[in-house]
Amino acid sequence: MIEKKSKAGTAAALIGILVLLLGVVLLENLGAFIPNLPPILLPTSQLFIVLKKGAVYSLVAVSMNLLNGFTGLFSLGQAGFMLLGAYTYAILMLPTANRPTVYYLYGGSAINFSLPELFGGGMFGLILGTIVVFILAGCVAAFVAWLIGLPVLRLKSDYLAIATLGFAEILRAIFQWDKLGPITNGANMIGSIPIYSSFNITDASGKVIVRLTTFIPFLTAIICITMIVLLINSSYGRAFKAIREDEIAAEAMGINLAKHKMLAFCTSAFFAGVGGALFAMYVGNAQAKVYTSAMTYEILLIVVIGGIGSITGSCLATFLYVACSEWWLRFLDSPLVLSSGFKVPLLRNGFRMVVFSIVIMIVVLFFRKGIMGNRELPDLFKKKKKGGVAK
Amino acid sequence: MLKIDGLKVNYGGIEAVKGISFEVPDRSIVTLIGANGAGKSTTLRSIVGLVRPAAGNIQLEGEELTGLPTDRIVSKGITLVPEGRRVFPDLTVLENLKIGAYLRNDSLDDDINWVYELFPRLKERSWQAAGTLSGGEQQMLAVGRALMSRPKIMMMDEPSLGLAPIVVRGIFDIIREINRQGVTILLVEQNANMALKIADLGYVLETGRITMSDTGAALLANEKVKEAYLGKGG
Repeated sequence: MIEKKSKAGTAAALIGILVLLLGVVLLENLGAFIPNLPPILLPTSQLFIVLKKGAVYSLVAVSMNLLNGFTGLFSLGQAGFMLLGAYTYAILMLPTANRPTVYYLYGGSAINFSLPELFGGGMFGLILGTIVVFILAGCVAAFVAWLIGLPVLRLKSDYLAIATLGFAEILRAIFQWDKLGPITNGANMIGSIPIYSSFNITDASGKVIVRLTTFIPFLTAIICITMIVLLINSSYGRAFKAIREDEIAAEAMGINLAKHKMLAFCTSAFFAGVGGALFAMYVGNAQAKVYTSAMTYEILLIVVIGGIGSITGSCLATFLYVACSEWWLRFLDSPLVLSSGFKVPLLRNGFRMVVFSIVIMIVVLFFRKGIMGNRELPDLFKKKKKGGVAK
Repeated sequence: MLKIDGLKVNYGGIEAVKGISFEVPDRSIVTLIGANGAGKSTTLRSIVGLVRPAAGNIQLEGEELTGLPTDRIVSKGITLVPEGRRVFPDLTVLENLKIGAYLRNDSLDDDINWVYELFPRLKERSWQAAGTLSGGEQQMLAVGRALMSRPKIMMMDEPSLGLAPIVVRGIFDIIREINRQGVTILLVEQNANMALKIADLGYVLETGRITMSDTGAALLANEKVKEAYLGKGG
């Protein structure tokens, strides 16, 4: 028994994913079963915002981990690839009826079709259109990554980071360019696009029967992350890791460095593009100024906190990070006056980010290799493998 | 089997290899000995395509290899055990072995078992990260990894580097065993004594040129070689 392909492990992962998806659907539809929900479970609560944003970010974080953690290419272009995905989504999905109002500064859009309508409209058109646009968003990002990669992937470590960061910034500038206004709407946002709640199943009067707003990003992220995991566990994944560990030895083993680096770079960009499309759905618009380098750093931070080279680490860290920044520390932003009339010091707008930064510093100091290191979640429950340590 | 003709390699701005020619017969052990900077490693690296030769030809069984990319050369049956072992430290022993077979698409089980037979220690450590192995075990892994590509010729760059004498003997015994099983060996060594003892043919390399060539035993007995490389001269 050399191959340790454990069917049980695959089955457990599949069951876990199904339970997770069902749990999400159940959680956001609890209102249908329980009349008086606690506020935290209402569809508008912070919980669901965190879940949705977390799903989007975990996909992007995993895509970044594929490149930075598994292939050892330190790239900072993720926000740029997300921008490409977001715009692809917005431009192709914006209903034609909304185009004149959205593009009023430029006298209408240069592109006068919308994928859902092309596919016959209705729920079917929307779903088909979304699937197609996700793939297109990924392909656009991957194609641009390929173009960028040709010159840039010859660079190593910091230089690669600087170059990719620069390209992301250039992309942002290009998308805000006035001349491209009829396509990108210049510096203005492209709003009025289909969002997660467009997928809710409603009755004739518009009343929601089955809420799917959190399910959609979860489903997409899980499908994409599964594909990344399959890639990492394939022989390509092993080649990526070999390149990370020792380029010269990898090359001596017959691994074509240029080809594999490009593959990792484009795949990472592809999924960042899909993540960008998901993000556009989440915020309900596409606007270039959102996809700054700060966004890349945020994702890089998540990857580092989760553990470079750990998929489950990235996912866990994403939800912790998003929950911390969006939800758990919110109370720090509002002044608090106790019943005795004592005003708690320091609590004011912006203090949240101060505490948040301190929390991150603590995490980075005490978990040098991130919360998961390069282990995966199942490893924590496993004993050392048989025959692992002898004597 | 492997024929090098007039090989010149520029490396780091200097001509490290200044036109050398030698042959590695099928199923033999051939060694290149020489001092630091003689161009031994550069020769190996240019054969496997990691460094581009400036001039000369490299032929494997009559097939021209000069200028091919490394992955093509490896798939034609030449593999390099790099200097300093260079195992992939965070990957397990088994993963390291699998990467050695990266260019193959067939089943690896037989070869993994073969490597485990040659190096039972590796089997025990199969799930351990390669970086946690001892120096000798890492050298075994580097050899095992190279064998996974099912090479016709295995080139080894300083396999004795930084290892205790008893470990080195073990490694050389294995090299002989691998050779007996049909793999041609091209060995580069500073430990000339050990290398010449197992070599069928030896070449002495001095500052980029071959200055002597003979059978291993003859070189071992040669006064000049003794003086310069074996530390036994008067």
